[in-house]
Amino acid sequence: MENVSFPYLSFITFIPLVGVALLLFLNRHSHELLRRVALVFMLVDFLASLIVYFLFDPSTAAMQLLENHPWVREWGISYKMGIDGISLFLVLLTTLLGPILVLASWKDIKVRVKEFLICLLFLQTGMIGVFVSLDLFLFYVFWEIMLIPMYLLIGVWGNPARKLYAAIKFVLYTIVGSLLMLVAILALYFMAGSAEGVYTFDLLKLYDFPVPIYAQFWMFLAFFLAFAIKVPMFPFHTWLPDAHTEAPTVGSVVLAAVLLKMGTYGFIRFAIPLFPNAAMDAAWWICLLSVIGIIYGAWVAMVQTDVKRLVAFSSVSHLGFVMLGMFAMNVQGLEGSVIQMINHGLSTGALFLIVGMIYERRHTRMISEFGGISKVMPLFAVFFMIFTLSSIGLPGLNGFVGEFLILIGSFKVYPWYTVFAASGVIFAAVYMLWMFQRVMFGEVTNPKNLGLKDLSTREVVVLFPILVFVVWIGVYPNTFLRPMEPSIKNFIQHVEKKRGAVLDMEKTRKQSNRDGSEIMLTLSVLPQGR
Amino acid sequence: MIPVPEINLGGILPALILCIAGLVVMVAGLFIRKGAATAAALISLAAILIAFWANSPIRLMHKPAFEGLISLDAYTWFFNLLILIATGLTALMSVRYLSDEGLDLYEYFVLLLFSGAGMMFMVSGNHILVIFVGLETLSISIYVLTGILPGNLKSSEAAMKYLILGAFSSGIFLYGAALLYGAAGSLSLPVLAKYFQAPAVDRMGMVGMGLLLAGFGFKVAAVPFHMWTPDVYEGAPSPLTGFMSVGVKAAAFAAFIRVFFEGLSAFQVNWGQILWVLAVLTMILGNLAALAQENIKRMLAYSSIAHAGYILVGMVAGKEAGTSGVLYYLLAYTFTNLGAFAVVALVGRRGEANVLIDDYRGLAKVHPMLALAMSIFLFSLAGIPPTAGFMGKFTIFSAAINSGYIWLVIIGVLTSAASVFYYFRVVMKMYMETPETTPERLQFSPLTILALSITVTAVLYIGIFPSTYLNLATESVKPLF
Repeated sequence: MENVSFPYLSFITFIPLVGVALLLFLNRHSHELLRRVALVFMLVDFLASLIVYFLFDPSTAAMQLLENHPWVREWGISYKMGIDGISLFLVLLTTLLGPILVLASWKDIKVRVKEFLICLLFLQTGMIGVFVSLDLFLFYVFWEIMLIPMYLLIGVWGNPARKLYAAIKFVLYTIVGSLLMLVAILALYFMAGSAEGVYTFDLLKLYDFPVPIYAQFWMFLAFFLAFAIKVPMFPFHTWLPDAHTEAPTVGSVVLAAVLLKMGTYGFIRFAIPLFPNAAMDAAWWICLLSVIGIIYGAWVAMVQTDVKRLVAFSSVSHLGFVMLGMFAMNVQGLEGSVIQMINHGLSTGALFLIVGMIYERRHTRMISEFGGISKVMPLFAVFFMIFTLSSIGLPGLNGFVGEFLILIGSFKVYPWYTVFAASGVIFAAVYMLWMFQRVMFGEVTNPKNLGLKDLSTREVVVLFPILVFVVWIGVYPNTFLRPMEPSIKNFIQHVEKKRGAVLDMEKTRKQSNRDGSEIMLTLSVLPQGR
Repeated sequence: MIPVPEINLGGILPALILCIAGLVVMVAGLFIRKGAATAAALISLAAILIAFWANSPIRLMHKPAFEGLISLDAYTWFFNLLILIATGLTALMSVRYLSDEGLDLYEYFVLLLFSGAGMMFMVSGNHILVIFVGLETLSISIYVLTGILPGNLKSSEAAMKYLILGAFSSGIFLYGAALLYGAAGSLSLPVLAKYFQAPAVDRMGMVGMGLLLAGFGFKVAAVPFHMWTPDVYEGAPSPLTGFMSVGVKAAAFAAFIRVFFEGLSAFQVNWGQILWVLAVLTMILGNLAALAQENIKRMLAYSSIAHAGYILVGMVAGKEAGTSGVLYYLLAYTFTNLGAFAVVALVGRRGEANVLIDDYRGLAKVHPMLALAMSIFLFSLAGIPPTAGFMGKFTIFSAAINSGYIWLVIIGVLTSAASVFYYFRVVMKMYMETPETTPERLQFSPLTILALSITVTAVLYIGIFPSTYLNLATESVKPLF
């Protein structure tokens, strides 16, 4: 079999689960011990993922570090994992955030510490699993599993006022999309199986199966719903501000940094390559929604009075860029899109951490309560400034690289959309800088803010690693772009090739239909009910 | 000379063992002054274990017995197994429940064993009359068990309702059987199958089929024959509600499938359409009504209606894939729902005082492991991987898609998305809310803990490593096709 000698990917996926098992047996009252154990497991996970990074061969587009074991043999369900240039950095982002999250929650979470850490580790397993699974069934299992810890994170440790509403809203939105996706997965499975004779959920094999155009439309629609809700794209975004605002800091960070990426990743890994014709036909609409999202998110962010809600709406705007770049379907656009996923994870994650830190001190997030904080907390101000600028897309920091590539890529295809999208960058500068100005500069107007302590060592340790990557990507993005390039080129090739194949297939079908000599091919491919 | 009918007691040995154990308990109960219920439970459990052993050879048989009245095959074996599991788990959790209620009723176990035996006859019946006799044996035991709580008005009301409506449905069932007999001259399933040929336009047979369908619909609690379910489930003792929701349902579905796929397969076009409509109604009504419930037993009652809907989807899908999906689903559902009802019985305390969903507030703080177990059961009911419930829905829905019922499946998944709301609501109460007063700690008994650990393990194990059980289900439906 094609397995690697050591199952690295399984290791990084399941090591947090081992941590969960260990935590179950520890005394719930020794909080420090529990946190340390969780931290150790997250660190081990991160180090293991670094090994994966060094083992990764950046010169090839093929899936690497493959693991493939039959799971439910009769149904062609396998336990198949692999990683390529696209998923590599998303996995690294997830594992990098692991220890940061545990550290960030050190002082923040004081009740039910044990359960909290269990949720966090469990969530980590689910998230990494989504990024590395190459079997549709396995992917779906991880995708759904993740819901439970996230639901608990929001619902148990969230903001008491509206946490229950936010938690259930998050779950219901996600599950409606993903259940419809399950139907599409099953339909694809049977369609491919009856046409090719081999029933399998193996993604790489399903890639090669040309789905008839009209079926592609429905299946893509189902996948689109699932992923668009997760991203979230414009009309499906309403769960996001609630979930973000009500979740505890760590919850918001995971949500913004990793969970939203699952939606965009889902498009790149599943929806587009499986149904390229439908995806390309829908590209125009999806880009339109993205541009609306970019501008709408920015405008709504502008009028927010709560810093956290502002950052949440900025996510809607940023994710719009990611989607726009992706559906430009050229190398620059896609590279920008993938790198922007990482960027958004880093800078928005960091911004949520920053908001959490100020909230811990003042127990409010209202912009009007602050002012002149930079005088009281200079170190805090430095970090805040850098992450704000990174989020705006200042050259030299990471956000610029991503947005620039996306705009180049999309300009080639949709110049008008790009013009509007670029205005989103300006609006971003407006809402972020305006917020920053009101919170940090000027005189200290509120006496409560006078005695605020600056960042502790722990908090610096939390933010510093993110800062390193923010600057690194901004200054020398090639470290990150090079390994993903072969995969992205391969992706575009695959999409073009498969699209052509399906079009040819449809053409021959039409011809033979005209001759009246053959029954419709598509009908014979679809399983027949009464 | 009267021919001596062939008698093969080996084939009905599991049911016989339960009957004999029931009689033994009945007699022994007279002589035990104190702790009769515990003794009865132990005898029942021993009998159930022996029955497990007696059941195993049936798997490899493939023959009718008693002049074709019952058939011994893998299908019978599978459902016998399911019934034994359900009876055993119910017995395990009932001991604690009865002692909580201050009842020392050995009769409870007698009836439980008899109803188990009735179910076994029902699932092995190859003749509609045998099925009917099994059905009545089980129903009468359950009527009594429902009302067994002395002085409890709700329990008595539930028993009365169940009895009247049950009798009515039995009547309809019999009327259907009579019409079939009138048409075909026999009630033996193979004879019926031979008489009704594929494009059958036999009016009398069709009406008979419809009446039988209504009778079975009542027993499996499919909409619109579900009216009794919420009241009866709410009033019956909790462990018994669990037993009804899995045991009775499994037995009824077993007979339902056998009669319709083996005897009346000629009418598949007709009953397939009826079941399609019933499945949709059942899924929608069950799930929507469950959303509004405040009492957890009522909620689980509506949820069990909804699950009957999913199982009907499997029947509509038909073929081996659909029916084996139903078998797997019932296996998963047995463990899940019994587990959930074990928790309900435990949390309910004396006199079932705490059966509101609000009573679960803060459970996670006082009993983290119990709350975790309940969450796993609820996730399984909601169909969240990697639990057995997810695999069950997955098998059924995939079979339906393969048969081309995409819309049915879409309705199914949308209603099951709605179901997430009410299952998660209980999780929410357990983990995210705090009660006004801290409740007393619950007392666990070893038998309850055993029941809970068996069910949790099974729910997770069957969900994560489904291969063996899927194969088992596939093999077990082979005799039908």
